[in-house]
Amino acid sequence: MSHTNPAADTRAYWSANLRLTVSLLVVWFIASYGAGILFRDFLDRFFIGGAPLGFWFSQQGSIYVFVALIFVYCAAMNRLERKYQIGQER
Amino acid sequence: MDQTFWSYTWVAATFAIYIGIAIRSRAGSTDDFYVAGHHVHPIVNGMATAADWMSAASFLSMAGLIAFLGYGGSVYLMGWTGGYVLLALLLAPYLREFGKFTVPDFVGDRYYSVFARLVAVACALFVSFTYIAGQMKGVGVAFSGFLGIPFELGIVIGMIIVFVYAVLGGMKGITYTQVAQYCVLIFAYTVPAIFISLIITGTPIPQIGFVSNVEGADISMLAKLDTVVQNLGFSAYTRTEKPMADVFCITAALMFGTAGLPHVIIRFFTVSNAGAARSSAGWALVFIAILYTTAPAVGAFARLNFIETVNEATYLSDADYGAGAAAVEASGGMPVPTWFKSWEKTGLVSFEDKNGDGRMQIRGRNAPDGLENEVIANRDIFVLANPEIAQLPGWVIGLVVAGGLAAALSTAAGLLMVISSSVSHDLCRRTLFRQMDDRTELLVARISAAGAVVAAGLLGLFASKLGFVAQVVAFAFGLAAASLFPVIFLGIFWRRMNKEGAIAAMLTGLSTTFGYIYFFKFGGGTAEQHFFGVSPEGIGFVFMWLALAVGVLVALTTKAPPQDIQDLVDDIRIPGTRSAHGIADAGMKPMPAE
Repeated sequence: MSHTNPAADTRAYWSANLRLTVSLLVVWFIASYGAGILFRDFLDRFFIGGAPLGFWFSQQGSIYVFVALIFVYCAAMNRLERKYQIGQER
Repeated sequence: MDQTFWSYTWVAATFAIYIGIAIRSRAGSTDDFYVAGHHVHPIVNGMATAADWMSAASFLSMAGLIAFLGYGGSVYLMGWTGGYVLLALLLAPYLREFGKFTVPDFVGDRYYSVFARLVAVACALFVSFTYIAGQMKGVGVAFSGFLGIPFELGIVIGMIIVFVYAVLGGMKGITYTQVAQYCVLIFAYTVPAIFISLIITGTPIPQIGFVSNVEGADISMLAKLDTVVQNLGFSAYTRTEKPMADVFCITAALMFGTAGLPHVIIRFFTVSNAGAARSSAGWALVFIAILYTTAPAVGAFARLNFIETVNEATYLSDADYGAGAAAVEASGGMPVPTWFKSWEKTGLVSFEDKNGDGRMQIRGRNAPDGLENEVIANRDIFVLANPEIAQLPGWVIGLVVAGGLAAALSTAAGLLMVISSSVSHDLCRRTLFRQMDDRTELLVARISAAGAVVAAGLLGLFASKLGFVAQVVAFAFGLAAASLFPVIFLGIFWRRMNKEGAIAAMLTGLSTTFGYIYFFKFGGGTAEQHFFGVSPEGIGFVFMWLALAVGVLVALTTKAPPQDIQDLVDDIRIPGTRSAHGIADAGMKPMPAE
């Protein structure tokens, strides 16, 4: 154990994790339910290639965003864990 | 080369590979059997998860479903992929840090209750058995439709194969066979898709073809498809008639259901730590996305191609096909395509000349010319006939059958693990016979896996006779979303959540969702009676919130969980804590009496 104050460390780590999780879930919601369902009529006025944008999000774009979100989460969490020295061999 | 010959060759070759892997990766301990010893690489686990997840329905039916539903099919695309974000962010790393073997294990330990564990066992078994019946039926269909083997015998062959690698190798054997099965199914799916994309849009990448112009014309593929289907009296491809609230709820029920499905969750117990569980979920979604972003392209291409080559074609009988087709072409007409003739024998496509003009009319409900629809196509046909439509060689056609079987068998195996571990670990070791040693448990696990294979096969035979498989799939997702997801989620993110709340939440989600689906699927409920326009497929999302609310209220009015449970919650939030304390993977100590 290399911590000076493990309790404070882990608390800060957990709240940083929660902030990260919530903001990524906001993006998750906007890319799928937002772009693909709720606002698709508005987005369909724009086009990506030959596909109306809202329709494209519901069948392609949302899935790409999902993949990106998980890897962003992995990278951010690895950084957090290095910062707070968590999860490493102690 | 004859197509049946190739089908047999591929199926036999892939089955030999699965058996070979099973023999090489036998399980020596319960750790091996339940969680592959906890040391599967995240990318390998991602690939296995993708095969575990993508069922016969994803492989054979989804593209066709999207082809017929257009925008309405988006619920499956978003629902069955978006759940992985929830898994990666909310569940998988914490459950891995918790470090046990099964989903009921988490529920039972976190809520310090045998009853909660048993309710979770009931949920897991119910969800898995409904799901597995469909997989075994898919195996039977693949064998009977394409290899000329009787349906029942097909199911028995499938049972034997799964039996060998699941009973011998447990999770360890299943993991490596699933990796092989993923390779088979993704190859079988993408190769025909690439050629179909080339034919329709001139670009080899289906995802790009999807947004491109039609080959040799100045109109986008989707715009053309919209026009073509509307001219025939269908609703526009890029729209749906479903209410927005229903689309929203179905998507959400599938997402939260995906995140709560036990056979997906247990795959994340096989990696080495919480960080690996996170990246593994990412890799799983990458491998799934390869198929899931190809499927809508295949669906759209196939629908367009189907209408262009079949609508108004001159029908010919088998006897005079060769000469007849030449004569029709010589007179400037369009003969029925050869793939249609060859699939007609399986009954997946059929034609009835209602107006007696000898031509095949495809029409929707509001056809402007008032003609009736004469062509009926099963949704599976679009994936199955793709290689022939693209005029690919016989060996590719045969590969599609092997791909469909790989998809069905890999999912069936994952579900079998849930069933057998729920029985041998949660029911026997943790509830009924707490003093059981590791060797005995491994034996019991093998016996229950064997029993589950037989039960699943019988269910496949029985369910297909009654034809309710498609009806009950809504149960699996709805129940997973409304019963398992809320208690796992609250168990991680709310320290104050207690036994009483968890039991109340599971029972609420279970009973309301079950009742609603039963009423509309079997009890004669009509669409007008839908609660706020939400269909049974989407109701799991609504009742998930109810279960969460009931769980929180009950927990607040009863006493807080014991201190050691609150400490457990703190520990699973911080990766490495439980392994540092030496409790994460020790796991197998008999549970103390309550």
